[in-house]
Formats: sequence, C-alpha cells, structure tokens
Amino acid sequence: MKKLIALLLASVMMIVAAGCGGGEQAKDSGKSGGGDKKITMGFSQIGAESEWRTANTESIKKAAEEAGINLQFSDAQQKQENQIKAIRSFIAQGVDIIAFVPIVETGWDTVLKEAKDAKIPVVVVDRDVKLADDSLYVAKIGTDSVKEGNNVFKWIDEYMAKEKKTPRDGGSQYNVVVLEGTVGSSVAIRRQEGFKDAMAKSPNAGKYNILASQTGEFTRQKGQEVMESFLKSYGPKIDILFAHNDDMALGAIQAIEKAGLKPGKDITIISIDGVKGMFQAMIEGKANCTVECNPLQGKLLMETAKKILAGEKVDKLVYVDEGVFPADVAEKTLPERKY
Amino acid sequence: MDMLKKFSGSSLFLPVVALSVLLIFNTLFVDGFLTIQMTEDGHLYGRLVDILNRSCSLIILALGMTFVIATSGIDISVGAVVAISAAVVCTLIGGRGDGVAEMPMTLAMLAAVGVGVLCGMWNGLLVAKFKIQAVVATLILMTAGRGVAQLMTEGQIITVYYKPFEYIAGFLPNMPLPTNIFIALAMVLLVAVLMKKTSIGLFVQSVGINPTAARYAGINVTMVIFLVYAFSGLCAGVSGLIESSLIRAADANNAGLNMEMDAILAVALGGTLLSGGKFYVGGSVIGAITIQTLTTTMYALGVSADQLPVVKAAAVIIICLIQSKKAQEMFDKWKASRHSQQKNDTKAVIGKAVKQL
Repeated sequence: MKKLIALLLASVMMIVAAGCGGGEQAKDSGKSGGGDKKITMGFSQIGAESEWRTANTESIKKAAEEAGINLQFSDAQQKQENQIKAIRSFIAQGVDIIAFVPIVETGWDTVLKEAKDAKIPVVVVDRDVKLADDSLYVAKIGTDSVKEGNNVFKWIDEYMAKEKKTPRDGGSQYNVVVLEGTVGSSVAIRRQEGFKDAMAKSPNAGKYNILASQTGEFTRQKGQEVMESFLKSYGPKIDILFAHNDDMALGAIQAIEKAGLKPGKDITIISIDGVKGMFQAMIEGKANCTVECNPLQGKLLMETAKKILAGEKVDKLVYVDEGVFPADVAEKTLPERKY
Repeated sequence: MDMLKKFSGSSLFLPVVALSVLLIFNTLFVDGFLTIQMTEDGHLYGRLVDILNRSCSLIILALGMTFVIATSGIDISVGAVVAISAAVVCTLIGGRGDGVAEMPMTLAMLAAVGVGVLCGMWNGLLVAKFKIQAVVATLILMTAGRGVAQLMTEGQIITVYYKPFEYIAGFLPNMPLPTNIFIALAMVLLVAVLMKKTSIGLFVQSVGINPTAARYAGINVTMVIFLVYAFSGLCAGVSGLIESSLIRAADANNAGLNMEMDAILAVALGGTLLSGGKFYVGGSVIGAITIQTLTTTMYALGVSADQLPVVKAAAVIIICLIQSKKAQEMFDKWKASRHSQQKNDTKAVIGKAVKQL
C-alpha cells in the first residue's frame, strides 16, 4: 500500500513539474524575441449564438493567421463570468494584447483595471462597455448600432411611400412591432435608440406608431414565441416588424405564416445583420430588407492591434463599413455573402 | 359537493388552483384570451393553443424529472441533452437549401432519441452504480453536453429546409392541433397506464423513501435508479426533437437553455417533494403548463422586457407560497373552523327545537 502511494505521489509530482516547465516555456516564447516577435492576442468571444457571430469569430481567426498574430481564443458560452475568467487567464499568461466582445455593458471595471495594471492594452470589439474610466481600454472596433437603427427607419419610410402601402387597420398610422435583443446589451439599446431617434426627427413621425416592443433575446425561438403573442394581441393591425437581428426575424416569419398571414406582404419585415438565412428568406419573398451589421471585423482588429503595439496613435472608435440590402438585390448579393 | 370535498383533499388540488388563478387572471385582463379560432387550413388558433404547444417539451421533461426526483435524485443535464438531441436530428437530416434530407427522417429521429437515452444511461450509471451524488453526476453532462452539441453543429445554427421536419412540432395535414401536443399526450398516457397497471410507481417511491428498506424488500434499487435516469434521458431526447422542429433548426447555444430549472420547478409546483418519495405525475404536468402560462401572460400583458424577470419571479413566489405547507395548514384550519361553526349552528338549531318541544 505504502509503495503504491509513493508511486502515485511521485507520478503526480512529475506531472506537476512537467506542467510548470511547459508553462514557463510558453511564456518565454511569448515574451522574448525583441522587435520581430510574434504578437500574442488573447481574445474572448461571447459564444456562437448565431451565424453572424460565427462569421465574426471566423473573420478574427483568419485575420490573425494572415497577420501572423498568435491568437488565444476563448469561447464564453454566453456568460460574463466566463469572459472575466478568460481575461484574467490572459493577464496571467502575459499576452501582448487583449481583445474581447463584451456580452453586457456593465461590470468590467475591475478586470480591465487588472489588465491595465499589468500594462496589457485592451481592445473592445463589436459591442460597447460602460466604464467609470474610459482609459481602461485603448480602442473600440465595431459597428455603429445607432446608425443601423437610423437606417432601418429611413428604409421603412422610403419603402412605405414607394409601395404606397396603406395601414392594414384602415387608420392613418402604420403600426410597428419591435423584437428587441437581449435586455441590457449595448446593441439592443443602441439599435432601438437609433430607430426611435430617426423616427422622432423624421417629418413623417406622425405616420408611425410603435404598438409593442418586447425582447426576443436575439434567438429564433424567443423571436417566434413573442411574435406569436404579438399576433394574438394585435393580429390585424401590425404593418411592420422590426427585429433587432435576423434570427429573431426568421423565427417571427414562421409565426406569421402559422397565423395565416403572408410575411413580407401583409407585414413588412426588416431586421439587422445580413446573414445568409435572411437573404434566403428575402429571395422567397418572406422578408423585405436587412441592414448589414458587418461581422468581418478581424482585419481591422489586427491592423489596430499592430498599431497599438507599435506605439502609434489610434482612434478611440473605429467603425467597419456597412450597407443596406433590400429584397430586390438579395438574389444578386447572396453568392457574395461571406456569412 | 362531495366530489368537491374529495378534490380539495387530493394532491392535485393546489396545483390546479394555482393554474386556475393564472387562467382567471388572464381571462379578465387579456383581451380574447379564451378565443380559439379555426384558420382557413383547419388549424386551431389562439392563445390557449399556444400555451399547450409551447409547454409540450417542458411537460415531457417534467415527466422524466418527476421519477428522478421521486428517487430523491435530480437531473440537471436535461437542458443540455435537449441541445444534443436537436443537434443530432438536424445534422443527420442536414441543412441543404434544396429541401432534400440526407438521411431518412425516421432514422434521424430515432438516432436523436437514442442519443438522449444514452445520455440518460450515462447519468444513471454514474448515480446508480458509482454512487456519485446526482447533482454532481448530472452536472458533468450539463456543462459538457452543450459543447458536444456545438461540436456536432460546428458552432453553426443548422436550418433544416426538409419539409416533413416541421410536422414534429407543426401540423400534420388535416389535423387541428400541432403534433407535439399529441406526442406529449401519448407520453403522459403511457406513464399513467404504467403507473396504474404495474408496480413501477411503487418501486420508485419506495426507493425514494428508503433505499435500504427497498432493497430488503427485494427491489433491485440500482436498476430502478438506472432506469429512471435513462427515462429522463429519453424524455430529453423527445423534447429535443420538438424544440428543434419548432424553429426548424438546431441552435446548440439556446436549445433547452435553462429548461432543467423549469422542469424542476414544474415538478416542485406539482407537489412532489425534492426530498423524494411520493410523487405526482399529474401535478408535474399541470406545473409545466403553469410555467408556460406565466410566460405567455407576461407577453400578453406587454410587460416591458427589462421588468420581465422580476415580474415572473414575483409570480413564481406567489404560486409557491400558495402551495407551501404553512398555507396548507392555514387552509385546513380555516376549513376546520368553518366546519365546527357549522356544527355549532346545527347544535343551536337542535337545541332550539328541543326547547320548543
């Protein structure tokens, strides 16, 4: 028995020793090498909740490879605590730069302070953060969610005028229902803000009425369930559906069909993101427009990271290019879509 | 009157009261809550249908969970198993845009349910044979399962364009109600018949109350525990089919997310104690419907998105309080006092009559 325990102990110690050695080696290769060393970037992605997010992840992975950056990728599976853990482990590993997509806006102060104390620059990607001290991150790369919201309203206003649509309930206002994203996420807040702002500023503001607005948590399933409920409450009144992302719109389309209505005709459908599934739906005539929210942020992220590490000055806010894709260009555009 | 008295004493009474309160509240405050229409293609359409339709997968999960909890165990992996089952069926049928299935749908469905059973058997093995605590044993699959599902779908949402796949949670031709309601009904009936005609229920219950005594009475405790987890896995597998068919896609991240908690809540609302022993299948089914009714109510009332969790939590607290032991005692006391008062009244009447004589 004693022998067995001794053997066990010895083997455990050996494993531990080997583990330590490996760790140091890895650290060395990260730190040493001087000027032309390979940059190591710690990146925390929120998960893979949609095709869009997958495209975002792939773009970042590919761009890192092309730029010769060693990417430490961590998937947070939709949990903030996982992201905080990941960032802490990046700090412990001593990576050169940390980038992350924050799942919610708040609660980052402590961990980013730790990164700053460790002198590791932080880049916020895609979504926004609320911090008491903005110097905790160096740059933010992403999409302009407010502008996307603006574009949604602008497109709706032009489309309704062009198609000479009349409100289905015979009244003087178009009734809009909104499927919001995850409660508290910067994207959901800003898209809604942009949409409402554009509406308030438009001369046609009086023509539109937001009938209901509820969270569909950015998922197909919830989008479908909430739309079902909207249809029960206001079925014959709804003219326009604005979904904060394509997946919720795709779920809602199924609910609308189930209710015996024609999505895209009885109810005008517009959403944001521009995933392939939405283009497919537009080609089938079941949706009307998607405002692109460009996930291909990898290249810009790697460029910015290199600049930061080279000591160059970068803008605090860097936006990627984005477009608007109505149904009539869907067929032509689909083959070119990367996500 | 007698029937009412009998019912007020039965285990189903409080769960039914809780659900009825919700339904009455809805009827009063939600326009057209009870209306059910027939659409042109012969489908029933209305909020009540929605509630039933959406509670099916939870009902099925709660069925499996009831037995697990009755053996004083718990299965927190069911949500993840739902995701795995959804991933299996969708990857096997394939996300081809032209609507052709890469594998016959029946085979894919059997495979998905089979994988669910396998997951359940794994849990059962750990709990029954290796005597690992149920929470810990099923925690393994809860955390790992979603990863497995993501591996299968390669992190993508796989949309199935193959038409018949909709039938699982949609309408078969010429049917007024969606198929999943029939699936749930069939499973509930199957369990009810098994309970009535065999002594399985008694075995499960005795294992939950005292496994040692059960063993001395000649019950194969290890086998019973193993089988309840396997059955829970089967239920999760079937739920996964329904969940994926509802959105015609496998969403490894969100399919069945937090459903294990809802299933446990449904069982608790149904009157089964988490400490095991006596269990109430009917109660669990009603509990599951209550939870979905609550969600639908929130949407129907237009509770704003940021207040939704708070309002829901408050409602759950109230429902739990209605069903708590203390409330039950108070209710019994009130019934007793009314009863004795009635007795006193009769006594007085009789006394008066005697005097008059």
